[in-house]
Amino acid sequence: MTSLYDEVSPAPAADVPTKRVTINVNGEARTVDVEPRLLLAHLLRQGLKLTGTHTGCDTTSCGTCTVLFDGRPVKSCTMLAVQADGHEVETVEGMSSASELHPVQEGFKQEHGLQCGYCTPGMMLAAKALLERNPDPTEDEVRWALSGNLCRCTGYQNIVKSVLWAAQKMRGQNPEA
Amino acid sequence: MIPAAFEYTKATTVAEALAALQAGGEDAKVLGGGQSLLPVLRLRLNAPSVLVDCSGIDEISGIREEGGKVVIGAGATHHAVMNNALVKSSVPLLAQATATVADPQIRHRGTCGGSMVHADPRADLPPVALALDAEFQIAGSGGQRTVKAAEFFQGPFETSVGPDEILVSVSFPKYDGWSTHYEKFNRTAQAWSIVGVAAAVRMDGGKIAEARIGLTNVGGTPMRASAIEQALVGASSLADIEAAAARASDGLAPFADDDADEEFRLHLARVLTKRAVAAASGLK
Ligand SMILES: Cc1cc2nc3c(=O)[nH]c(=O)nc-3n(C[C@H](O)[C@H](O)[C@H](O)COP(=O)(O)OP(=O)(O)OC[C@H]3O[C@@H](n4cnc5c(N)ncnc54)[C@H](O)[C@@H]3O)c2cc1C
Ligand code: FES
Ligand code: FES
Repeated sequence: MTSLYDEVSPAPAADVPTKRVTINVNGEARTVDVEPRLLLAHLLRQGLKLTGTHTGCDTTSCGTCTVLFDGRPVKSCTMLAVQADGHEVETVEGMSSASELHPVQEGFKQEHGLQCGYCTPGMMLAAKALLERNPDPTEDEVRWALSGNLCRCTGYQNIVKSVLWAAQKMRGQNPEA
Repeated sequence: MIPAAFEYTKATTVAEALAALQAGGEDAKVLGGGQSLLPVLRLRLNAPSVLVDCSGIDEISGIREEGGKVVIGAGATHHAVMNNALVKSSVPLLAQATATVADPQIRHRGTCGGSMVHADPRADLPPVALALDAEFQIAGSGGQRTVKAAEFFQGPFETSVGPDEILVSVSFPKYDGWSTHYEKFNRTAQAWSIVGVAAAVRMDGGKIAEARIGLTNVGGTPMRASAIEQALVGASSLADIEAAAARASDGLAPFADDDADEEFRLHLARVLTKRAVAAASGLK
């Protein structure tokens, strides 16, 4: 019989060794020594100084920590950094080049898809993953794809518009037309 | 928050995972997709000394047909299950319920097996397993054993999987000629069921000939509604279904929480049972 809420063992395990992992972050192989309990979100923010990945909750609810893990959106606060060994991670810093915004970023700018901006990195990465698989989504499909991302400013209407703007642009159409 | 320290082992085979669990002793714990366990560790509601990561074990991650059953590897993600052609055609109730689990990010990591072993009273997959009489294949040092859904779920967050065992797969019988529906009530896009009802019916000449009903979050474990299954036999209209479903709350002793008090849960059990059976049967 297993029960998750057994008594918490009072003494933490001593002398826990670190593990060496190599993670492809935004196209670059990064090798780091991590304690097994280190969350991927904390490695990205504190270890690799990629502070575009935000954290907003302790309950795997908000989605602001979303990164693309082998191309699919996951919540980086609910993965261990050791689990990313040998895998690809994309963060918001990997979306644009030095001179050009990603069409999704452009869409958020054009359609005012952000207010405080706290949820924005996660929103944009979830949207990018959607558009890579489905270049011509319906409004419902956009809402479904973003259902794991909460916006505390509640600007959902414009966020959805931003993603549809980006979809048009990526299909080679003029979103302003 | 940050979890308490633990040792981490990545298993690539079931044998390796079992050996690591044995070596880790009482405090060792299996890590599946981590979508329930890691939040628990972060909140320090639990602090295992060893985590055995089973998320990369290929032999428990596939979905296949075997002996007329659809066998879902415990490590198959929610995303893989709900998009799998065999599941969609042969166990559509599981595909439909899985699509209501949490949100896309969580479905990319969380697994069918993890959800079953976690046995959260609010979870959406256990009532499907119960309604369809699924069987659970469990591996331990003494070999493999099979447990029926009716015996698998023992209490809130408690199953018959021992601390040194691993859930390998869940097999679902195919119900050819049956139609099914999962009806879930929740308030936000990404949330557990406040109450959920899994229904399967076999129609014969415009009447319900057989029915199977599983309910979630009306008790500590998923519930099989055998009395209503009986009462539904012969139903040929929505009014008949409503009359049978009115008894869906009989014998239930649900709990109250922030989402719903006892009375509201009983109401939901009746209404959702009616809706689920109506949708599955197509009766008007
Ligand atoms: C915000 C949020 C919303 C959610 N909403 C829903 C919802 O609407 N409906 C729903 O049903 N669920 C929901 N969930 C839970 C989700 O389905 C989890 O994915 C699932 O409960 C756990 O699966 P996992 O693979 O992530 O398991 P883990 O978190 O890795 O493990 C959970 C438990 O199962 C054990 N375990 C895992 N795999 C095995 C195995 N192969 N053998 C033995 N033991 C094993 C672990 O030791 C642990 O005790 C939600 C979770 C979150 C965080
Ligand atoms: S920080 Fe909220 S889901 Fe990850
Ligand atoms: S813009 Fe403020 S949280 Fe979304």
